[in-house]
Amino acid sequence: MARVLIRNLNKFYDKDVHAVKDVNLEIRDKEFMVLVGPSGCGKTTTLRMVAGLESISSGQVLIGDTVVNELPPMDRDIAMVFQNYALYPHMSVYDNMAFGLKMRGMDRGEIAKRVQDAADILGIGEYLKRKPRQLSGGQRQRVALGRAIVRHPQVFLFDEPLSNLDAKLRVQMRVELKKLHTRLNTTAIYVTHDQVEAMTLGDRVVVMRGGVVQQVGEPLELYNSPVNRFVAGFLGSPAMNFAPVAVRDDDRGLRADNRGFAIEVPAEIGPRLRPYAGRDVILGVRPQDMQVANGSHPPGLCFDAMVEVVERLGAETLLDLQVGDQTMVASVEPTVGAKRGDKLRFAMRPERLHFFDTTSEAAI
Amino acid sequence: MIEGAKWRRWVYFYIPLGVFVLWLLFPFYWMLVTSVRPDRELYRPWMAPNYAPFWTAHPTLVHITDLLTETLFIRWMANTLFIAILSTVISLFCGLLAGYALSRLKFRFAGTLGTGIFITYLVPQTLLFIPLADIIRDFQLGDTPWALILTYPTFLIPFCTWLLMGYFKAIPRELEECARIDGATRWKAMLYIIFPIALPGILSAGIFAFTLSWNEFIYALVFLSSAEQKTVSVGVTSELVRGDVFFWGQLMAGALLGSIPVAFIYSFFVEHYVAGLTGSVKG
Repeated sequence: MARVLIRNLNKFYDKDVHAVKDVNLEIRDKEFMVLVGPSGCGKTTTLRMVAGLESISSGQVLIGDTVVNELPPMDRDIAMVFQNYALYPHMSVYDNMAFGLKMRGMDRGEIAKRVQDAADILGIGEYLKRKPRQLSGGQRQRVALGRAIVRHPQVFLFDEPLSNLDAKLRVQMRVELKKLHTRLNTTAIYVTHDQVEAMTLGDRVVVMRGGVVQQVGEPLELYNSPVNRFVAGFLGSPAMNFAPVAVRDDDRGLRADNRGFAIEVPAEIGPRLRPYAGRDVILGVRPQDMQVANGSHPPGLCFDAMVEVVERLGAETLLDLQVGDQTMVASVEPTVGAKRGDKLRFAMRPERLHFFDTTSEAAI
Repeated sequence: MIEGAKWRRWVYFYIPLGVFVLWLLFPFYWMLVTSVRPDRELYRPWMAPNYAPFWTAHPTLVHITDLLTETLFIRWMANTLFIAILSTVISLFCGLLAGYALSRLKFRFAGTLGTGIFITYLVPQTLLFIPLADIIRDFQLGDTPWALILTYPTFLIPFCTWLLMGYFKAIPRELEECARIDGATRWKAMLYIIFPIALPGILSAGIFAFTLSWNEFIYALVFLSSAEQKTVSVGVTSELVRGDVFFWGQLMAGALLGSIPVAFIYSFFVEHYVAGLTGSVKG
């Protein structure tokens, strides 16, 4: 069991591509840490540097108390699961799982026992004699997991392990991964571009963009108080609505308005937003935080909108709205019988509004 | 496949294919018929009334027994086999290492080196034998099998390297990375993971190298002079054509027997060989 410490980690490709910029992270012992971000954000490169598959341009990676910068992958006591499973096609499932143990010179009896244990945990006991090509995608992924867990490594590394599975299986495997982690209780670093996986699996989540860590925290912390517009827009589905607003401070109090709406700034945000009076900022509101107004909502947070598209998902209904010259998405109760072209009045939940600086995009 | 009426299949598929196969196999048939045809039929003028070039009513094995007993044919076969096997082994070994390095290791000038190797393959043998002859003489290797064992790799290594490079590139990098995380050194990962997966590619490179050295003519003709050192391709053509006398029966028998080992190897490995050339790795 070990923690992983990443200090001032940098990666340059060919001197001019700066793929990972000064990353500092501490992955605590037994923690499930998820690195998430759009493709090309440096998350996979960071993981590969931890694995030893990519050289470190500058900075340090520590596993336990050892600096592993110069250690070859085999000596880092890690196991990795790849997106395309990377099963050895010429070996049976059993040999795939036993390979790492054989390489380490473990005796046959112990290998057989460990493989059997792992196979039981993952429910692949009956496929041990098959070749990878005779297995379905989900079974292959289990074998890849099994190959990692037989090793009893200090750290698990996952590189988008669920991306090649179909949607239904992905949800199922996600739950199993979570269970597996609870059971094995080993430090894990998990890379994904899927924010749902990040939110559901991670004890903590790291959001990256352009090689830079944007925010580190527990999933709900990131969801509820994103530090910038990027994190706010990346987490949550459908994505947060953003609208440029002008902040005004006059005798009617602090207001934020644009062509579509004018809202009173809730008291708790007031002190932070007041310095921006007379300037433009970006308002962020999640689709789930917009409701159809029913008279009980404070009028200062209401605005009119025209329904452009109705998407009925069953559990919720998504309305694409035209608000002034903006389009916004609202997630409403399926009982709302809105049609295309309807004019509706919406209310925002005051405690769930986010404001971002226009230039720095940092949360206000 | 061709769809529609049955005749379309015949017209567009079976008949053209049949013609193609006949066209390809005819020389072999001619070889076979000539080698079992008695001399009196072979040298019968074409306008003679009983001239029947495609068939013989009196097959004989006399050419084959003559070839085996009165010429050094068996010696030539042994020479060729020895030379072909050794040069294939050398080329395959170098090609494997070079192909792996050029496709997988990142080092300076890897691309330039790859292209350089390819360019050496493009230099025609008909030009290269002149400087090589000089070198062979300097090392006093003339008229020994080593003259060929050491010169065949000049075109076999580039060939094997390029064929295997393409094959190694098709193997997902993750397989090797995973093996290295699992505890294998680069050598072990190569040995236990990459080479077994690349086996079809390695086999086809080997078969190709073997065939090329078995059939090679010009180096063998230039570097070997005494009859007992010759390879099949040179031995048959130089010893069985004396002046303007062609011993057709023995020539054809030699050609027939000489192509058997290659045909045998091809038929034995044909499935791997096709898989190697079409290059598919299924994960």
